[in-house]
Amino acid sequence: MSSIVNIVLQGVLLGALYALFAMGQSLVFGVMRLTNTAHGDFIVLLVFVLFALTNWLHVPLWAAVPLLVVIAFGAGYAVQFAVLNRVSGRDPLPSLVVTFGLSIVIQNLLQEVFSADPRSLATGGFESMSFPLPGGIALGLLPLLTLAVTIVATLALQWIFARTPLGRAFRATSDDREIVQLMGVSPRRTFALAMSIAFVLIAIAATLYGMRTAVSPSDGPALLLYAFEAVIIGGMGSFWGTFAGGLALGIAQQIGFYLDPGWGIWLGHVLFLAVLTVRPQGFFPKTA
Amino acid sequence: MNMRERGFEVRRATRASRVAVLLLLIAAVIVASLPYWAGRDTLRDFTQIAAYLVFALMWNLLAGYGGMVSIGQQAYFGIGGYAMLILANYGGLSPFIAVPIAAVIAAVIAVPVSRIAFRLEGGYFAIGTWVIGEVFRLSVANVSWLGGGSGTSLTAFQGVPRSLRESLTLWTALVIVAAAIGLLYLFLRSKRGLALTAMRDNAVAANSQGVDVERTRLLVYLVSAAGTALAGGLYFVGNLRISPDAAFSVNWTAFAIFIVMIGGLGTLEGPIIGTLIFFLLNKFLSDFGTWYLVGLGALAIVVTMFFPQGIWGYVSRRFGWQLFPVARHVVFLDRAPSSTRGEVIDTIQSAHSAPSAPHP
Amino acid sequence: MSAILETRALSAFYGDFQALFGIDVTVNRGEVIALIGSNGAGKSTFLKTLSGLLRTRPEQVLYKGEAIGGMPAAGIVEKGIALVPEGRRLFASLTVEENLLLGGYCARPGRWNLQTVYELFPVLRERRRHPATALSGGQQQMVALGRALMSNPDLVMCDELSLGLAPVIVREIYAALPSIVDGGMSAIVVEQDVQLARKVSSRFYCFQEGRVSLSGASADVSDEAITQAYFGVTS
Repeated sequence: MSSIVNIVLQGVLLGALYALFAMGQSLVFGVMRLTNTAHGDFIVLLVFVLFALTNWLHVPLWAAVPLLVVIAFGAGYAVQFAVLNRVSGRDPLPSLVVTFGLSIVIQNLLQEVFSADPRSLATGGFESMSFPLPGGIALGLLPLLTLAVTIVATLALQWIFARTPLGRAFRATSDDREIVQLMGVSPRRTFALAMSIAFVLIAIAATLYGMRTAVSPSDGPALLLYAFEAVIIGGMGSFWGTFAGGLALGIAQQIGFYLDPGWGIWLGHVLFLAVLTVRPQGFFPKTA
Repeated sequence: MNMRERGFEVRRATRASRVAVLLLLIAAVIVASLPYWAGRDTLRDFTQIAAYLVFALMWNLLAGYGGMVSIGQQAYFGIGGYAMLILANYGGLSPFIAVPIAAVIAAVIAVPVSRIAFRLEGGYFAIGTWVIGEVFRLSVANVSWLGGGSGTSLTAFQGVPRSLRESLTLWTALVIVAAAIGLLYLFLRSKRGLALTAMRDNAVAANSQGVDVERTRLLVYLVSAAGTALAGGLYFVGNLRISPDAAFSVNWTAFAIFIVMIGGLGTLEGPIIGTLIFFLLNKFLSDFGTWYLVGLGALAIVVTMFFPQGIWGYVSRRFGWQLFPVARHVVFLDRAPSSTRGEVIDTIQSAHSAPSAPHP
Repeated sequence: MSAILETRALSAFYGDFQALFGIDVTVNRGEVIALIGSNGAGKSTFLKTLSGLLRTRPEQVLYKGEAIGGMPAAGIVEKGIALVPEGRRLFASLTVEENLLLGGYCARPGRWNLQTVYELFPVLRERRRHPATALSGGQQQMVALGRALMSNPDLVMCDELSLGLAPVIVREIYAALPSIVDGGMSAIVVEQDVQLARKVSSRFYCFQEGRVSLSGASADVSDEAITQAYFGVTS
């Protein structure tokens, strides 16, 4: 019995990370219908940037993370404004191909600079600390922190979208990018801002991910798929839905791993396909 | 706007197209003769080119004509390869016979897959198909009698002399390429082919004109799956060894996307030219490893942003060349001056970015 | 009376297609002018060009003496020109109140805010938390008009307020127009209903195939002259 509880708990903790991966993608697709196939690669890229900051420039972790967030904000704005704005439109193909190209470029550049070896971030032992529960269950502190951060991020996004002028501008731009200009909102700047926020989320996710696992340059596509699956399972258009989707995915994978190490990821994919077949709108879709 | 009654006729072939057909026939004859005078490497090269080309043609059919962008066609490539191998190794069939049968199997598998995949649209359809490809890869990698993650070999050729095997492989490749190009050409010239373009540009309008959008989409998806499986079966007949990572790698689709975008989406010449360019790049630059891939990625980005019609699309628009005349030109027979433009060109090469229509 | 808006030989294109051929229109401060004409005559195109949704040359549009042609739409609304677009074009993901709030995104000073808009159209206050597109056609038109007012424009342009609405609702909406322009706001009203247009405006322009075919004081012109100009019939 305790092992089932353990599986679910570990699944929730794993899923929280997936949900965090997915938040940025949920935001970007919601606001500008952009499919960013380089999403996972951006996460990996920022892990390596953080690695470079801490290992090569010897910036202490507590300073490097905020610095990373600032870099990410600027980079997101730049990428959207300079490159992706040209291809964000009704036709999905250009954005798909451009981000696919970015994915290849990022993976190979990282491999050139850092070699294909997996790297992780030194946390002085934090990553192995855990909180013991009865029944022999240990909850890692880092995963717990991740869960807390993901919940805060979801709350923040929800609040921004529902209660602030920026959120209204996001939703309106996604509805009608021509008419929103009549209100003084520039779609190009709005998209760039959305991408900046998405990159901040990516930076936070990258930090937590890099502390927890050894990351290699080719990890990106897998992360993209998890993020995407979390969004679909949870239901598009809802940040809490994405959160729930991430948790569901994490739990499915944990069950799979428990049954057989080779079937972990597979079971997650199967859950995704099952949801798509039976309830394609996801569990908590936003009723538009 | 008054237009006088004019005589006109509908013309298809252009002079450039006649030249192109001639060139292709000559090329086909040369390729067919390769086993008699060319080295092993050249034979292998052609088989590889053929696989890339057919994959790209099928991806182009799906995305450029069917309007469905998929990052998961490698699923059928792998299915084609593994089905061929199973039929040949365990079913005792000749691998060359097994390839087309594998294509049929792929089309059958594509039916339930489409029911799931079609729940998604646009960019999410693309990623969803990728997930489906991954499911196939992981599933096959966990099947130990197929060699699991490290793969297995095609043993059905034991006892067949190498030169015979290589010649037959080459001719099979040639036949498959010719069939693919030929059938696509005929299809796109037909009424159904026109329907595809109408559908891609505006599904609702097409529907109201009697085009069965659902059925046509499914048909295109199945044809693309079958064609991709042909490419996969062919590739592994030439390669003799298969593994899940090689068969179901997303790189196949990545390369097809690059080929099509560089060559020109939604044209028949585009994938052909793109494959040639890609193969040459591969041959001479792949020694540079990661930098070559970086360059390829950057090229794809630049071409998509600034030459959305691809290199061939740009050229053909600029100079009006068209090698595969699927378009019909209405040519007015009298040259009387008029305030309206004299030629109405109804073409299947319609641009993705048409100027926005005026509102009433 | 000084002109708040002047177009000089304004031309506009959709790609290669020319929709407007040298339009000269003047709007004086505090005036309500009407644009009439049949479908496809270019009235909406004209408003879109003024609002910045369509490009044109800078010197072809003068607003308070400044050449603003071709300026991006977001900048034009900050100058004080607001458009109530044809077909309402409300934001479906937003409630009534959120649509209005978005109208006030560029915070220009003036008498229009949520309070005053609700005073103008009290039914909107009752429905403020409803999704904007769940309202009736007339109420949606009120939201669209209120949304434009929230930016406190000096010139408001209304593109076919009556489109798809029952006559009694149309009257109700146009009844609010005098209190809107009271206080010096200028207005351009595009209408297909000629009588309605003449009633609410002091001057009018008739568009026909991208050109101005007739203009004058709304009260003085004869029905016959309008009919001929509207349909482009030459006697």
